[in-house]
Amino acid sequence: MANRPLSPHLQVYKWGPHMAASIFHRATGSALSLAALPVLLWWLGALASGPDAYATFSAVATSWIGIIVLIGISWSFFHHSVSGIRHFVLDLGAGFELKANRAGSVATFVIALVLTAAFWAAILL
Amino acid sequence: MGNGTSIGRVRGLGSAKQGPHHWLLQRFTAVGNLLLLGFFVVSLLLLPDLSYASVVEWIARPVPATAMALLVISVFWHARLGLQVVIEDYVHEAGNYFALIIALNLALFGGAAFGVFSIIRLALGGAA
Repeated sequence: MANRPLSPHLQVYKWGPHMAASIFHRATGSALSLAALPVLLWWLGALASGPDAYATFSAVATSWIGIIVLIGISWSFFHHSVSGIRHFVLDLGAGFELKANRAGSVATFVIALVLTAAFWAAILL
Repeated sequence: MGNGTSIGRVRGLGSAKQGPHHWLLQRFTAVGNLLLLGFFVVSLLLLPDLSYASVVEWIARPVPATAMALLVISVFWHARLGLQVVIEDYVHEAGNYFALIIALNLALFGGAAFGVFSIIRLALGGAA
């Protein structure tokens, strides 16, 4: 690569909710692709393979590390979904005013955490 | 916005003209994901438990089996499009980029095929 001048890096920008929303959308999308999809395939493959394979999956999924991974996957899913709906709004050309954009970004994080908590409450309670 | 310089067009530089198609597909599959994953999450919560018998009885039924097969296709397609953009943004060396795009396509087409096959096997009773 040619040694060209670089545009300012991440660290010169002041963090704000809008920037965090963008970064978290990409991070959770990547995490879902790399972690949730293999787990989904393992679950489907175990179902198709029979009760013994499913028992192995269940044992790992309900171990403490499995629970942590599943909580991470569920939060990533809810965050990416809520953030994705925010992107549909932005695609319409709406929500770019400073205050509305900031509020939408913060709401993305709050709603995703509430949905994740509600999901686990519905499973465990 | 112009069309670039004449010499740039001769050299084949500039946009690949595939951006809008990629952008639209990312959104079409996003809508599919919202509907199908919404169905999936609600179905999981409505199941009496997540035992083998309960889940197989559910997924082997025609509507859940169809929805889950479509879910696998929509989600893997969406992931392929998204990871492609991530690779394009961060991998600048042509050889690495080419290798990663090939690996991405193999992994996601293969994964989707495995997922759909598993669902079909359950739906047609091959695993029972």
